[in-house]
Amino acid sequence: MVSAFLDALLLQAGYNAALVAVGAALLGIAAGSGGTFLFLRKRSLLSDALAHSTLPGVGIAFILMVALGGEGRNLLGLLLGSTVSATIGLLAVDWITNRTRLAEDAAIGAVLSVFFGFGVVLLTVIQTMSSGYQAGLEGFLLGSTAGMLFGDAIVITIGGALIVTVVLLLRRPMTLVAFDPEFAAASGVNVQRVDLAMMGLVMAVTIVGLKLVGLVLIVALLIIPPATARLWSNRTENVVLGAGLIGGVSGYMGAALSASAPNLPTGPIIVLMSFALFALSLLFAPARGVFAALLSRRRFRNRLHRRQGLLALAHGGSIQDRMTRAVLRREGFIRGDATLTEAGKAAAARVQHDERRWAMARQLHQLDGFSARYDSLRPIDSVLTRDQIAEIDRRMGDPAFFDRSGDGS
Amino acid sequence: MGAEFVQLSLTPLLIGILAAIACALPGNFLILRRQALVGDAISHVALPGIVVAFLITGTVSTWPMLLGAAGAAVVAVVLIEGIKRIARIEPGAAMGVVFTSLFAAGVLLLEQSDTSGVHLDVEHALYGNLESLVWFSAEGWNSLVDPVALADLPPELVRMASVAFVISLLLAIFWRPLKLSTFDEGFANVIGIPTRVFSFGLVICAAVAAVAAFDAVGSIIVIAMFICPPATARLMTNRLEIQVLWSVLFAVLSAVLGYVLAGYGPMWLGGENAVSAAGMIATISGVILGIACLIAPHRKRVGTPKGL
Repeated sequence: MVSAFLDALLLQAGYNAALVAVGAALLGIAAGSGGTFLFLRKRSLLSDALAHSTLPGVGIAFILMVALGGEGRNLLGLLLGSTVSATIGLLAVDWITNRTRLAEDAAIGAVLSVFFGFGVVLLTVIQTMSSGYQAGLEGFLLGSTAGMLFGDAIVITIGGALIVTVVLLLRRPMTLVAFDPEFAAASGVNVQRVDLAMMGLVMAVTIVGLKLVGLVLIVALLIIPPATARLWSNRTENVVLGAGLIGGVSGYMGAALSASAPNLPTGPIIVLMSFALFALSLLFAPARGVFAALLSRRRFRNRLHRRQGLLALAHGGSIQDRMTRAVLRREGFIRGDATLTEAGKAAAARVQHDERRWAMARQLHQLDGFSARYDSLRPIDSVLTRDQIAEIDRRMGDPAFFDRSGDGS
Repeated sequence: MGAEFVQLSLTPLLIGILAAIACALPGNFLILRRQALVGDAISHVALPGIVVAFLITGTVSTWPMLLGAAGAAVVAVVLIEGIKRIARIEPGAAMGVVFTSLFAAGVLLLEQSDTSGVHLDVEHALYGNLESLVWFSAEGWNSLVDPVALADLPPELVRMASVAFVISLLLAIFWRPLKLSTFDEGFANVIGIPTRVFSFGLVICAAVAAVAAFDAVGSIIVIAMFICPPATARLMTNRLEIQVLWSVLFAVLSAVLGYVLAGYGPMWLGGENAVSAAGMIATISGVILGIACLIAPHRKRVGTPKGL
């Protein structure tokens, strides 16, 4: 199993498997980077409607090709059919959202379920047409690479490469539109055309991914990598790059893993691979991760205990709270018997002075919303300029003989 | 139109109608709260729940599967909420991340486990098998009063009927607070309605309807009935009471028309075999919605200028 996985990873598991792995990687890159623009415009689930509405097209294309005496399973023909019906589905969502009072989520859900339902009707029609033909189309639901023809693999690989190229070419205007449509329009970008291109990209990803991942799960490739990359960065171009990378890695690893053992369907494996990356990022990402959040909460708590503890001691009170004692003890501000050390005295005096300045400042600035910034935590010199503080000190009639270096915490 | 109808068509038709009503009722509120896709998400995550229940118990029996699917729905709701909060990404994307991953896990588990001996596969989960829920021991209309034959009714019918009944009852009991918290959550909060409880309860209600219907009719009908009849009804009226009644009417209409067209439509067109009833019911509900989008009295947003 492990060696088979390594073989597949190193593209040694046969020509077809290698092509599929490369195709999946390209598709992952395309889906991740293309999906980012959809994600940033908060329209991720639109791709779900798009994907489900491909099914009737597949069915009709199959029926037409058989009726014309051809081979019903021609992948290009089926993909052409799915493109047409996905376009109709997309237009239907747009039309319902713009022309009626139904919201976009209702339009998406309606189109998704109705088109899919109609597709299932067509599938049952095809099943009864002639028994020899029924295999194959179910593969479009969940994707199947087992028994994939060489030509199909070529279609996927070339399609993936083309989409990546288009993303590279259009990334600047699309970034602009995704980030700030009004600004983009003002700087001369044709927003409508870029939006159209974006939907075209998403559609291309969906169509190319149909055979590989299946229409139920292709939407995951468009959503999960961008959501993952978004955890790591606030910059659009980094998110696009990261999402492409994450999508590519999940596509490649997923296809390789799926080729290395039986009963590992490609689509679900790729999706789960990208979800694993998402879960890891959710835990470890620097600003939005779970651990980062815990850490910053802890830091905030320590600051609060330190400040309130020092203030209480400066006023001559005593500290009962064990957490406050522990924090002050750790900083070397108090001794074991809860009396202030020399450093503690200095810090307490600074904090007390800062509080007095705040009190004066809040008197002076009562009306301009400044007082709302008082949280008994923030040193005043992080809010006011040096001149303003000097003014406050003057009013307090108390030349600042305390430390002025600014460490008011 | 006698014995054969009662035996072969009556129970699937009734189950279809009840499933449609059970889903359409909570759907009204989901649509108004802009949570229409919750039904979509729930019906996807039911699959892993059912597979896990099967792996634990080793049999395809009703209650473990219902529990498994309901548990999966709760897990999914908690996950979506958690990801939304922690990662601070928009709800749609959080939903997309969770339900696709859980569905993928379900498919993988299914492929990995030995289900060759039982009736459990992905296609069944998607399309359901409405046509197979026949009433074997029925011999005609008088079987309806025959206790022996009644005892042999498909269990799905009883289950679906009780779920539809419970949902209608809950809706009737909590009508006022639910309506208030749907339209003006801030106001509802102020006068002391626990809006979060109602919000979660509504999702659970939808999950129960989805899971019960899912088992009998597959996930397509579930998603379509959550959205299409209530959305159609929304275009008919501005009053919630009337909207709910309309949605029930449209749900019943879709189920009956869809079932009949799936069963007899191909024959009228010269075909021999029936097509998928679940797919046809979803299609019909979409056709009804499409017509409503064109001619329904309240189809436009308030304030839309004339001529648009």
